Amino acid sequence: MPQETTQQYLLSIYQPDGEAPPPEVLDPIMANLQALNEEMQAKGAWVFAVGLHPPSTATVLRAKDDDVLMTDGPFAEGKEHIGGFTVVQAADLDEALEWGRRLATVLSPLSVEVRPIVSE
Amino acid sequence: MIEEIFRAEYGRAVSVLTRVLGDLDLAEEAVQDAFTTAAEQWPVKGVPPAPAGWIITTARNRAIDKLRRESKGHEKLAQAALLQHEPEEEVGDVPDDRLRLIFTCCHPALALPAQVALTLKLLGGLTTGEIARAFLVPEPTMAQRIVRAKGKIRAARIPYRVPRDADLPERLKAVLAVVYLIFNEGYLDKVGLEAEAIRLGRVLAQLMPDEPEVWGLLALMLLVASRREARLRDGEIVLLADQDRSRWDADLIAEGQDIVRRCLRWNRPGPYQIQAAINAVHSDPPTDWHQVVALYDQLLAVTPSPVVALHRAVAVAETDGPEKALREVDALDLDRYHLFHAVRAELLTRLGQDPTAALEAALDRAEHPAERALLRGRLAAADQQDHADEHDQHDHDPQPGRDTTGL
Repeated sequence: MPQETTQQYLLSIYQPDGEAPPPEVLDPIMANLQALNEEMQAKGAWVFAVGLHPPSTATVLRAKDDDVLMTDGPFAEGKEHIGGFTVVQAADLDEALEWGRRLATVLSPLSVEVRPIVSE
Repeated sequence: MIEEIFRAEYGRAVSVLTRVLGDLDLAEEAVQDAFTTAAEQWPVKGVPPAPAGWIITTARNRAIDKLRRESKGHEKLAQAALLQHEPEEEVGDVPDDRLRLIFTCCHPALALPAQVALTLKLLGGLTTGEIARAFLVPEPTMAQRIVRAKGKIRAARIPYRVPRDADLPERLKAVLAVVYLIFNEGYLDKVGLEAEAIRLGRVLAQLMPDEPEVWGLLALMLLVASRREARLRDGEIVLLADQDRSRWDADLIAEGQDIVRRCLRWNRPGPYQIQAAINAVHSDPPTDWHQVVALYDQLLAVTPSPVVALHRAVAVAETDGPEKALREVDALDLDRYHLFHAVRAELLTRLGQDPTAALEAALDRAEHPAERALLRGRLAAADQQDHADEHDQHDHDPQPGRDTTGL
């Protein structure tokens, strides 16, 4: 469909709970990730990217009546959690999926979820 | 008359309007409005000289009216104004509009059932209710499936275009799979779906004439459909060797075989072309079983699967005897598949052994009433018979894709 503007997409990285891999495994992955981020920047696709501390460091807040309840730990306990995310801008889903594919390849075997961001 | 034009032109009109309006829902609504107007006017004023063009122009004008009428903000007014000033030829049929629509409907980011539903709805003009009934899904479920898929196309910006060359082979595979799935859903009943799949196959062949697999799929569907009238008798499946050949459709066979010959000259084989070739051999009795085995070898090389191996074994029974075929069948991990047990039963019978257990296993797993009727008949025959003198050759209708209908 005709579109002049770009659309932003959230690329969430899902990883299994538990210990991170040892440096000899992790280091080359992080180097590849860095290279991909730089390529996204060079092509004008990169908007924002972060890595997150493990879910055990999370705190959940929920307003109830006049109070805000606070709980230790992630919102949902699962076998996987979001380990980080990248926001890209792209002309359409195909372009965003191409970046997602690259990200998933660098981070293999982790899953990458691509989701459009609501624009104003 | 209108019904015919609707069937033939609905998809084209929606695809053109989608390009012009940039929105699937608006396009669909406008085309439906135009057909409603046609139903009112044509019986009185007569059918216009170019009905398809009339539908598209009327739909476009309706869409502009609607945008004007409903516009509350500047944006929609601007959109309506923009539409009005577009050069006239923009409304014409750009040859690949329908291709764009097909590739959008069959985008791999959509789940297969959603791809199928969208294709039938937007290109075939089937109603949500018709699609729901065809796939035995409650209508609200189907409506939700379609709304969700359209919402994803819009929000995630699934593009409205033919994929670039590098992506085309994979994307085309997905499109052909959707068409073949629609065809298979219509295999034993629901003639409408079978006809719709063939119609889509013809459109694809017309729009992508240089893709041999597109032709292969069309030929496969034509050849399988040619036996439709002979395939069922009193609600029971009639096996290929027992079919009344005078009830085969000679025109479909001729067309299918012609395409298969053209594909052979092309020499760029693929799974659909090979399956079409196998069906072409069967359409030319007596079946040359050596050729069928050779074709299944080729098919196995490109799509290794135990189901294909099972079908190959049926042909091996004819060339090398049931004993060798049974050895090959027994090596396959297909316990869940009713045809595996049905083929075993047949081979056991021909070897003079008791097929009862195999038939019961097949009956346990078969779902379609016509297939169950056939198996029950076999079971009854096996019960009363000392199976000494059965020499019939019973091959099943060769359509290895049948089990892939995973809806």
